[in-house]
Amino acid sequence: MKVTVDEAKCCGAGQCVLIAPDVFDQRDDDGIVILLDAEPASDQHTAVREAAAVCPSAAIRLDSDD
Amino acid sequence: MSHNDQVLSYPLHYDTALEPPKEWEQLRGQCPVATIELPSGDRATLLTRHEHIKTLLADARFARPTAADNAARVAPAGSGGVAATGDSSLAIPDKGEPHQRWRRLVGKYFTAKRMAALRPSMTATTERLIDEMVQQGAPADLKAGVGFPLPVYVICDMLGVPADDRHRFSRWSDMMLSVTRYSQEETHASMGEFVQYMSGHIATKRANQASDLIGMLIKESEGEGEGMSDAELLTTAMGLLVAGHETTANMIGKMVAMLLADRARWERLLADLSLVRAAVEESLRFDVNHGFGLRRFLTEDAEVGGQVLPAGTTVLCGMSAANRDESAFDQADQMDLGRAPNAHLAFGAGPHSCLGQALARTEMQVVLETLLRKLPTLELAVPAEDLQRMEGLLVGGLREVPVRW
Ligand code: HEM
Ligand code: SF4
Repeated sequence: MKVTVDEAKCCGAGQCVLIAPDVFDQRDDDGIVILLDAEPASDQHTAVREAAAVCPSAAIRLDSDD
Repeated sequence: MSHNDQVLSYPLHYDTALEPPKEWEQLRGQCPVATIELPSGDRATLLTRHEHIKTLLADARFARPTAADNAARVAPAGSGGVAATGDSSLAIPDKGEPHQRWRRLVGKYFTAKRMAALRPSMTATTERLIDEMVQQGAPADLKAGVGFPLPVYVICDMLGVPADDRHRFSRWSDMMLSVTRYSQEETHASMGEFVQYMSGHIATKRANQASDLIGMLIKESEGEGEGMSDAELLTTAMGLLVAGHETTANMIGKMVAMLLADRARWERLLADLSLVRAAVEESLRFDVNHGFGLRRFLTEDAEVGGQVLPAGTTVLCGMSAANRDESAFDQADQMDLGRAPNAHLAFGAGPHSCLGQALARTEMQVVLETLLRKLPTLELAVPAEDLQRMEGLLVGGLREVPVRW
């Protein structure tokens, strides 16, 4: 799985960080998403898919070949 | 059926507080772009499908109507608080780059991590409120005892305003969010008091270099062209105080009521506390009383579900109806406490999606966890059908949530 985030779209809602804290964080100085792990291990996949599905700005993109 | 055949009078009628109005299903199915008449007599367009609402809210061209838009009015002439009338004295930038800049200035204080750090103190406050409620004896109103005070204490602490003034805040916020409950004279007068109160606070903080959220925003605004203007600072502080308590307070009450309305739900949580996070999301989705709905003013033509809505249209997004949309959620009319993913629209979507959602979620999770732990025998003290909705405000909620344990 490959994860990308769109900082311009992100509204800093923090849903991704609440759901998958090992993969996403937010910058301290504006709350915008930081991608910690662009190719998360398989035990993270369910959480990352959930984060992408609920992100209110549709700012998380997944390209999964598995 | 053409969309103008029928003009629905809005808000819709509810038979009981926790059940959806019967029109929703038909609207989503047959008339997802419907014409409605607001309490003002003006007409607007009601959307009820998840996909349509999500698309429109994500469209950065549109925002809540401002006084300058000449949009459909929500409240009848002579009533309505500033949040309903879109009074231009609210100086927060409404869209585009200025809005994004404002969001980032404020949003950094509401990140998931910062909210997680507040958890221990929120838990302590919640425990104290529950103890006080228990001391007074059953039955008790959970909304008055826990739902209302917790978010007020939390936001007052963040903003650095005294929680002792909370009764005044509640009144001011009801006034701002009023559709038909108060006259315009009353809402104007109370807005004046609120402005004066908050301006005084800001002046004191400026003098003392306070380290709370307002103090930080002041500090960042000191350089030329940096941070917020004085007017922005004032409305931001007022807006956070109002946004930070009324919605969350009501949502806590509704969450507990829904979870107790069918005791099997409560039992399931007692048996598996790891469901708390998902149960909070499902409560946000399942709630049929999100309030008036989100408004958008179309400054350009927009396409929704293959239909062009002309510039000048005022659109009302029925989030609660969309949250029950079968095409977005399996068994949408069932409360499934383990539902995931749960892309409900309770906090809106797109660039205006609720700024305080990590805070609201944390508060709801803390209340639910603490109630399950301290009062496992909690139950509703009245039949669920007898719960009463609040009317006349932009936010939705129950008047009381009577419980015993
Ligand atoms: C369960 C509780 C809450 C609910 C259901 C809720 C709901 C919403 C919704 C639906 C919006 C979008 C409005 C729109 O698009 O027109 C919104 C915006 C907003 N909310 Fe919340 N909210 C809650 C709690 C909070 C809290 C605790 C705060 C913070 C202190 C907060 C601050 C805000 C702000 C500042 C906005 C405006 C954002 C913008 O326009 O960019 N809310 N909220
Ligand atoms: S959930 Fe989406 S909008 Fe929220 S912080 Fe993460 S990427 Fe940004």
